[in-house]
Amino acid sequence: MITQSAILRFLTKRALLSLATLAILSIVVFLGGQLLPGDVGRAVLGPLADARAVAVFNHQVGADRPLVIQYWDWISHFLAGDMGTSFTFRAPVAPFIGEALVNSLKLAGLAFVLVVPLGIAGGVWAAMHVGRLGDRGLVLLGQSLGVVPEFISSIVLILIFGVWLRWLPMSADWPEGAGPLTQLRYLILPSLPLVLVFFGYVARVARVGTIEALDADYTRTAILKGLSTGQVMRRHVLRNALLPTITVVASLLGYLAGGLVVIETLFHYRGIGALIYAAARAKDFPMLEAGVLTVGAVYALASVLADLLSAALNPRLRTIGA
Amino acid sequence: MSAGIAPVSLARERLNVALRSSTLIAGLAILTFWIVCALLGARIAPQDPYADNLLATLAPPSPAHWFGTDQLGRDILSRVIVGARDILIVAPLATLLGTVLGTCLGLCIGYLRGALDDVVSRVIEAVQALPLVIVALMALAAVGTSNTTVVLVIGFVFTPLIARTVRAAVLVESDLDYVAAAQLRGDGALAIMFIEILPNVLPIAVVEMTVRLGYAIFFVASLSFIGFGIQPPSADWGIAIAENYSLIGSYWWTVLFDAGATASLVIGVNLVTDGMSSVFET
Repeated sequence: MITQSAILRFLTKRALLSLATLAILSIVVFLGGQLLPGDVGRAVLGPLADARAVAVFNHQVGADRPLVIQYWDWISHFLAGDMGTSFTFRAPVAPFIGEALVNSLKLAGLAFVLVVPLGIAGGVWAAMHVGRLGDRGLVLLGQSLGVVPEFISSIVLILIFGVWLRWLPMSADWPEGAGPLTQLRYLILPSLPLVLVFFGYVARVARVGTIEALDADYTRTAILKGLSTGQVMRRHVLRNALLPTITVVASLLGYLAGGLVVIETLFHYRGIGALIYAAARAKDFPMLEAGVLTVGAVYALASVLADLLSAALNPRLRTIGA
Repeated sequence: MSAGIAPVSLARERLNVALRSSTLIAGLAILTFWIVCALLGARIAPQDPYADNLLATLAPPSPAHWFGTDQLGRDILSRVIVGARDILIVAPLATLLGTVLGTCLGLCIGYLRGALDDVVSRVIEAVQALPLVIVALMALAAVGTSNTTVVLVIGFVFTPLIARTVRAAVLVESDLDYVAAAQLRGDGALAIMFIEILPNVLPIAVVEMTVRLGYAIFFVASLSFIGFGIQPPSADWGIAIAENYSLIGSYWWTVLFDAGATASLVIGVNLVTDGMSSVFET
């Protein structure tokens, strides 16, 4: 018997697990940024730099202290909102991350607004034609689009819509002071490669959910009770079929950041992906660590939110104790 | 279990399914085409893929140069053919490394369980919270980029993902009678893991490997495009697109054919994966 307190306990447990995951992630990220290069000063200043300069650099950034102390120093400041000082800009990292995150969320938001309805529609359609040629074709198309790297689909889309048809701007770098509609116009082309990559994932989950719901006893009851097809689909099938889609959308949000690295670089967009990429190029480890950990935190937050949303929307959980 | 007969007919049944699967055949055809290009390379290319010709730079597609020429007047068709080589070395090696390490790790944590399993599973979950491109980017920024480090980094990144799949399969196998029998016989843990359980989880590992191969090509191509993968002077497709991307407005042929080659390779591998999983589901 599921009770409301059991649901609450489950959600608390999930939230705590996410925190534990983030703590481990912070150690992994820290080790990646501090330990892997071997000598931070040497990696930043290059092989030709004077040994004394390397030592001075390491002392200045605190890289000559024991690792545990360095980690504690980094993470305690991080949690207090101080993400460290960029090697490249000689300025605090946090404002850069904040601005880039907002930009990336705009791009990601548009991509999701486009792909979620499309994917669900495709998945439900395939489920209603299961086993037929259209179903098979749609599944295969979604899978194939899902494995084509974003920069490849970007190139093709840029050629079609930017170069040949001249419908959309080829870069996401909108003019200073552009209004929301202009920004939207500049963001359509960069969001399309993400839509193509994610379409198959969303469609697949929606398809499986719909097939299961169509097969369920409550659907048979609804049909036998004499409800119209539209009513059965809306009130009984979709409501149950779409729950797993929420979870998959949240997990895509984590994956999304990887695609953003490529797409934001390609379209000259100042988002978190481009920031991480630039930091990796310049060996700006404080910026890199902060950016990567932020991406991890956004992902953890998204999966907790997805759990909450699933619990809130699930008709089985909602009615109990209400 | 009707010993002896079942495996033979199962293998034959699988072969039948494989031969009837049009996606598998189509995928294998595309993959074979690119493997032949990778193996023979310059020998089947119509012209020298590395020879500059500054009198014929950025020439559009023509009978002399089917795919046109690039900024240095190099024949793009020849470079697309030769460009298959590096990605078809790096991506499969990385996948193989990840599969071998991941299968070993998955066997260990799935069979031994206990604290080791808890700790490793937690770390796997933490790493999964990050997109692979970002993990790879960070590691490559730290250790430096070369074909070897790309293989190592992608292999290590794949290890936990494959370990998770193998672990789930091992958990199921561990409850079966043959494992209990081996334990009662007094076999050591290593022998049980690698002689008894491994052959039974191998099909799952193989399917997982073909899935990962698709992703490996995806990542190697993406990393090469952003300068953290295969390095010039390779004729790699990702590098070619990065080098010519700024010309896309006027000289579409400098990027479109490389893009098509990459897309056909990943789609080919995906068709093989799709076909393979339906064969193993039999």
